Amino acid sequence: MSFVRAEGIFQSYGRRPILERVDVSVKEGEFISIVGASGCGKSTFLRLLLAQERPTRGEIRIAGAPPATEPGLDRGVVFQRYSVFPHLTVRENIVAGESFRTRWGRFGGAARRAALARADETLARIGLDHVAHQYPATLSGGMQQRLAIGQALAARPRILLLDEPFGALDPGTRLTMHDFLSELRTETGMTVFMVTHDLAEGFKLGDRVLVFDKPRWDPTDPDAYGATITYDFDARNGGIPFQTPEETLHALRTPGPDPVA
Amino acid sequence: MRWINRQPGTALRAALVATPFLLLFLAYWIGSEIRLAANPSDRLLPAPGTIAATAERLFTEPDRRSGQILLWHDTLASLLRLTAGVAIAAAVATVAGLAIGLLPHVRAALAGLVAVVSMIPPLAVLPILFIVFGLGELSKVVLIVIGILPFLIRDLSQRVLEIPRETIVKAETLGASSGVIALRVALPQLLPRLIQAVRLSLGPAWLFLIASEAISADQGLGYRIFLVRRFLAMDVILTYVIWITLLAFLMDLALRWLSRRLFPWAEAGL
Repeated sequence: MSFVRAEGIFQSYGRRPILERVDVSVKEGEFISIVGASGCGKSTFLRLLLAQERPTRGEIRIAGAPPATEPGLDRGVVFQRYSVFPHLTVRENIVAGESFRTRWGRFGGAARRAALARADETLARIGLDHVAHQYPATLSGGMQQRLAIGQALAARPRILLLDEPFGALDPGTRLTMHDFLSELRTETGMTVFMVTHDLAEGFKLGDRVLVFDKPRWDPTDPDAYGATITYDFDARNGGIPFQTPEETLHALRTPGPDPVA
Repeated sequence: MRWINRQPGTALRAALVATPFLLLFLAYWIGSEIRLAANPSDRLLPAPGTIAATAERLFTEPDRRSGQILLWHDTLASLLRLTAGVAIAAAVATVAGLAIGLLPHVRAALAGLVAVVSMIPPLAVLPILFIVFGLGELSKVVLIVIGILPFLIRDLSQRVLEIPRETIVKAETLGASSGVIALRVALPQLLPRLIQAVRLSLGPAWLFLIASEAISADQGLGYRIFLVRRFLAMDVILTYVIWITLLAFLMDLALRWLSRRLFPWAEAGL
């Protein structure tokens, strides 16, 4: 049943433990928010999921495949910044999502025309068709992140990893981006991991919220112990799943849309 | 208002730009006048009018013996050496910079070597170049290459390392191989910086060109300057110096224009 499975993850840099005893399993299509204080290993965990780093102990498997040794096509990623290629136009950035896997990193002839047509479709869907021929530097922060997400999805990854994707955006843009991401997710049914330092954002978007914290704390040596997942909340339905009685669900289901979905 | 916040207006700015040039010219003119008043046949500081006349003669009149206009001849010879040296160095530095910046194995193998080699004063190895490559064109081009290559490699590999890791990782998640990352991600972002680095290394490149021409050549701008030095022909030397300065300035301008033209996406950063 589990699609992504992390088992017995320990990660330390030198003698400093960052993560310890992290076990988590995620179903396909789940949206996982990862929250926690600074320096509690949430970005480290995301890098492990991305296979940018390999854990000191333990392993992460996606769909039962052997643990990856480097980032690859099965993992899409969007960072807080620098997630698009500044030297490519918006349209070429989307095409890059498909063309970089080829031998020379570019398409020719009919394949290129087809890719450009698909890119235009993607751009229309993410609302960037009017800036298709501009360079990313001329775009606002929100538009750049939308482009980064569109580009990552163009490569059709199995999981999408977001490292504080909206951290550098202003509050209004952030709300628009939430809607954008929710819509996109409903369309694609993608499995998503999102690191955020905004709790409300985590609960709003996620199906589950994983909290990273240090369960053991040595006041004379704060670095002595690593962090792990201390809470694993069910965040569907605003994080209060057990307070919805069956009857209400039943009553609501007949006239209106399913509140759970 | 504080002085750090005061901005000169357009007219004043233009005047401020021109002032040092005018002062310099004026100082030379006065010095020349004083010396020529004492000795009309003084050759050290020829009058501006004399220099202008000499310049006109050098640019237009063919040499009596060879029938060629020597200045254009020298310019062509020197520019060929300079562009060959700079182009070779830029090409080698681009490849080396990419390899050092992207591949940890190459970085481990070469970074130390480049750091040490860049400490060798290029002019100190000029005699070796003359011995090994002879007195022809090759040794002059090689001197320019050796002179600016270590700087270019160090600068460009640093620029490759400065490409945000996020961008590289992103390319990896799109399935790009090392080659594709080098060609489609790192190289295009490196090119505007290459032009920037070449602009900076043009000064040293001219230095090495003139030095090697001064020591051994039969044509070239540096050769001519050092040849007429024997006759104390200051008017010719000054004409050549102004001409070289103008050429260097125009090259810099052209490279800047090229960079803006070819890499509009990088304009904000440069």
